[in-house]
Amino acid sequence: MRHILAFLCLIPAAAGAQDLTVMTYDSFVSEWGPGPQLKQGFEEECDCTLRFVAPGDAAAVLSRLRLEGTRSTADVVVGLDTNLMAEAEQSGLFAPHAATPALDLPIEWTDPTFLPFDWGWFAIVMNKGTPVPHSFEELAASDLKIAIQDPRSSTPGLGLVMWIKAAYGDRAPRIWADLADNILTVTPGWSEAYGLFTEGEADAVLSYTTSPAYHAIAENDPSKVAAIFNEGHYLQVELAAKLATSKNSDLADRFLAYLLTPAAQTVIANTNWMYPAHEVPLPDGFGDLPRPEKTLFLAPSEVADIRDAAVREWQAALSR
Amino acid sequence: MAGRAFALTVGAAIVALTLGTLALVGLRAEGGWSTDYSALRFTVVQAALSALISVGAAIPVARALARRRFRGRGALVALLGAPFLLPVIVAVLGLLAVFGRSGVLNQLTGLAGLPRIDIYGLHGVVLAHVFLNMPLAVRLILQGWLAIPAERFRLAQSLGLGPRGIFRHLERPMLQEVLPGLTALIFVICLTSFAVALTLGGGPAATTVELAIYQALRFQFDLGRAASLSALQFGLCAMAVLLALRLSAPGGFGRGLDRVVDIAPAGWRRGSDTLVLVLAALFLIVPLGAVALRGAPILVDLPAGVWWAAARSVLVACGSSVLVTGAALALALTPGRWVDLVAMLPLAASSLVMGTGLFIGLYPLVAPEAVALPVTLMVNAVLALPFAFRILRPAATTLTSDYGVLAQSLGLRGVARLRWLTWPRLRAPLGFAAGVSAALSMGDLGVIALFAAPDRPTLPLMVQQLLGAYRMDQAAGAALLLVLLSFGLFALLDWGGRRGSAL
Amino acid sequence: MALHCENIDIRMDDFRLTANWRIETGARVAIIGPSGAGKSTLLMALAGFILPSAGHILWNGQDVTRMPPADRPMTTLFQDQNLFPHLSLTQNLGLGISPRLRLRKDDHSRINAALDRVGLGGMGARKPASLSGGQQGRAALARALLRDKPVLMLDEPFAALGPALKTEMLGQVADVADTTGATVLMVTHDPADARRLCGQTILLAEGVAHPPQDTIPLLDHPPPALRAYLG
Repeated sequence: MRHILAFLCLIPAAAGAQDLTVMTYDSFVSEWGPGPQLKQGFEEECDCTLRFVAPGDAAAVLSRLRLEGTRSTADVVVGLDTNLMAEAEQSGLFAPHAATPALDLPIEWTDPTFLPFDWGWFAIVMNKGTPVPHSFEELAASDLKIAIQDPRSSTPGLGLVMWIKAAYGDRAPRIWADLADNILTVTPGWSEAYGLFTEGEADAVLSYTTSPAYHAIAENDPSKVAAIFNEGHYLQVELAAKLATSKNSDLADRFLAYLLTPAAQTVIANTNWMYPAHEVPLPDGFGDLPRPEKTLFLAPSEVADIRDAAVREWQAALSR
Repeated sequence: MAGRAFALTVGAAIVALTLGTLALVGLRAEGGWSTDYSALRFTVVQAALSALISVGAAIPVARALARRRFRGRGALVALLGAPFLLPVIVAVLGLLAVFGRSGVLNQLTGLAGLPRIDIYGLHGVVLAHVFLNMPLAVRLILQGWLAIPAERFRLAQSLGLGPRGIFRHLERPMLQEVLPGLTALIFVICLTSFAVALTLGGGPAATTVELAIYQALRFQFDLGRAASLSALQFGLCAMAVLLALRLSAPGGFGRGLDRVVDIAPAGWRRGSDTLVLVLAALFLIVPLGAVALRGAPILVDLPAGVWWAAARSVLVACGSSVLVTGAALALALTPGRWVDLVAMLPLAASSLVMGTGLFIGLYPLVAPEAVALPVTLMVNAVLALPFAFRILRPAATTLTSDYGVLAQSLGLRGVARLRWLTWPRLRAPLGFAAGVSAALSMGDLGVIALFAAPDRPTLPLMVQQLLGAYRMDQAAGAALLLVLLSFGLFALLDWGGRRGSAL
Repeated sequence: MALHCENIDIRMDDFRLTANWRIETGARVAIIGPSGAGKSTLLMALAGFILPSAGHILWNGQDVTRMPPADRPMTTLFQDQNLFPHLSLTQNLGLGISPRLRLRKDDHSRINAALDRVGLGGMGARKPASLSGGQQGRAALARALLRDKPVLMLDEPFAALGPALKTEMLGQVADVADTTGATVLMVTHDPADARRLCGQTILLAEGVAHPPQDTIPLLDHPPPALRAYLG
């Protein structure tokens, strides 16, 4: 009976000898995300208790950390992305980490504070059999109806705005204006847009080049495909970092190092459906995925400078 | 006077959770205040249209339900509770299955060679809001209809008043009493719409104030902007409620003796009533059916975690329902305009601002995860309270004006008054209010995300997690489970209240 | 031993009514006056639903001005709505004995006796909707009997009944008052009622509730204000 009560109540279990608190986004810790397996794996080697706190999506994580400020009890944050990094850095809440592993990323990475643990290219995902465009211009010229996310409430949405900005620079408003009639609708988050796609309401959706791998591997459904664009694909890198106020600084560093071990990286690739940040054998299905020829990426500081203006451009072009 | 003290406590709790949390967010702000006028305009326009059309469409449906008796009437009345309880994304997908690009309607128009219907835009937003709120409006207007004493209808019939005369002398005054408050209620609900408005609005032209708040809090960390936008929503809510109070004229039907009288007019009105009922039933049932069909095959093999989450949610819903119904009754029995205003505040509260404010207030004191359950319970209760209050208010006012003097002269008070007067006379609205509160508490998750313990999710959070993990099928199954449980709780409580009454 | 209105002043918007007199215990007093003069208002003030802006209501020297209605030494029969429609007659009457409806065995026999007394024997399980207007009035009277308060106030409770029925009801009121020794105050618009039941009459006119006078001489030689009303 007590067991059932404890399960029903939302009160966390008692703490172990040493506690490591990891703040992350909610789908990371769900039954189907990497969280449970990573917790088990790390606890086996650390003689500690790993506790997840998940206050929402990636943007909510940063927002919550800023609300907590220096009183935060979190030791590590997992799941900020490159478009939020400049603001995270400015907050002064994070400390440089001790891990210096070799990274396997399409770009050079030297930041001492934020450690990549997985990455992916944004892509337009669609069903096989629909005519596949090879650029935003071809997409604009087609009849395809695509569901995208709002850059004001979703990180992939912001990623798309940065993608077009990185690819087209000052021509971005023009591209958005041309795309306007192809945009079925704009959703608050990734899952609503993806739902519209899988339910057949949208022909395509903004997601990742790795999304078809989920359907192929987990659902045995090879029908999804990511359109590879000639202008290149924007990169999203997911980051982990140590809180400056952490009282378990060493343990936090050990966890960051653990995140990049082959065991942890394999878990992440298979549950988060992103590319691992450290060389490990790719899961089946990832190998067959088409890879873009060109990677587009704006440095976090640049994102911070142009973000508001780029979102306003997007808003103006689509509001017409 | 214990009742009044209790009502004041409830009122204070509401103000603390709505305006208090807003103040906490505002105090943490560093920048100035600002507003977003284009978002404001769209927000007000869509909310006003949604409210007017929901109420306008609800009148003939409620009238047909009030004067016709037919098989399945009880089921239809119960079903009216369902759309209102759907999680937003589920409702949107259900509507798209009918009105979307590949929906039933476009397949029909395609066959007939007619042009495609495009749902995305202001009209889509309004359609969705009508789908979600019109049934609630029907239920509340129907209550008003049934509250006209049968003696008055008998008098009207004996005077030879036809349906038109009955409308002028009985039904119109009743509507004048019920509609302003109801319209304000739906207006304020739609005011804080976010996901529906954006998804069906088709793009950033459909930006609402709530989205701007989301952006300010999550992406800009501009607490001042979030607080000022939220204050704007409260301002609009207050204006709507005060306007409604001004426009609302008491019906003044006096009391009846609970007699039943047949008021169904024959002739062409029989046909028009039938048509109205069939159309309304189709409008509700087809999207709901789409949701059911989509989720049903998955329902049998949902992961075990989903069932645990369901158990947790039912627990929260039951607790919150008890809390809400008691608090709403105390407020509804308390006279005064401040009560009407305070009871509507939670509707205008941005759930994100409320959650953030609570977090700012509680974080220095306790670990957020440790108070997840009580916070969830309390916040769900406060968010459901305006609905329970609106359901109970007219009946409670009538009760006081009809029997207050008699009860007082007999010394009927406290528990005895609840047991021998309030409960028997308010049973139907109490059951309805308890059902709506329970179901709303099952569905809501806006505020609690900041507090939730990740390994012990509630059912709505679970649906969100499944969606976020590509598991659209399982999410559809879990969403259907959520709908079934919400509706089951609602129907059970509602039925318990209506048993033996005319509703 | 008396009901004393001491410099009572009732004000509501632009309405005003003053009263300053006493009624001896056991008296039967009619309250008459033109419609709108404030007959019901006076009764409501005595019953405790309206608080006078000045003056005191005293019962046997005790100030009851601010006493809650149910605690006052009075019971009232209203114009209508004397019974709760969702409760049976037994329950409606039972409220007169115990507002919590905690009824013991002898309470039930008292209720049945009261029902018998007003000619409603055996109808305790019925709901008010299934009774005629006269029966509803008698049920309310039976409850007044059970409440057994020193002052019985009636606000035209039988106005809707036919002449024969009304006469019968007034007879029953007199009967009840004889049994309980109650002082009776009755609002009426019918001078015949006053003659039949009440030895004294309070005339309401031009904002003043005049002290009680003997009914017969008052009605036989009406002052101008009353003459206008009687026509």
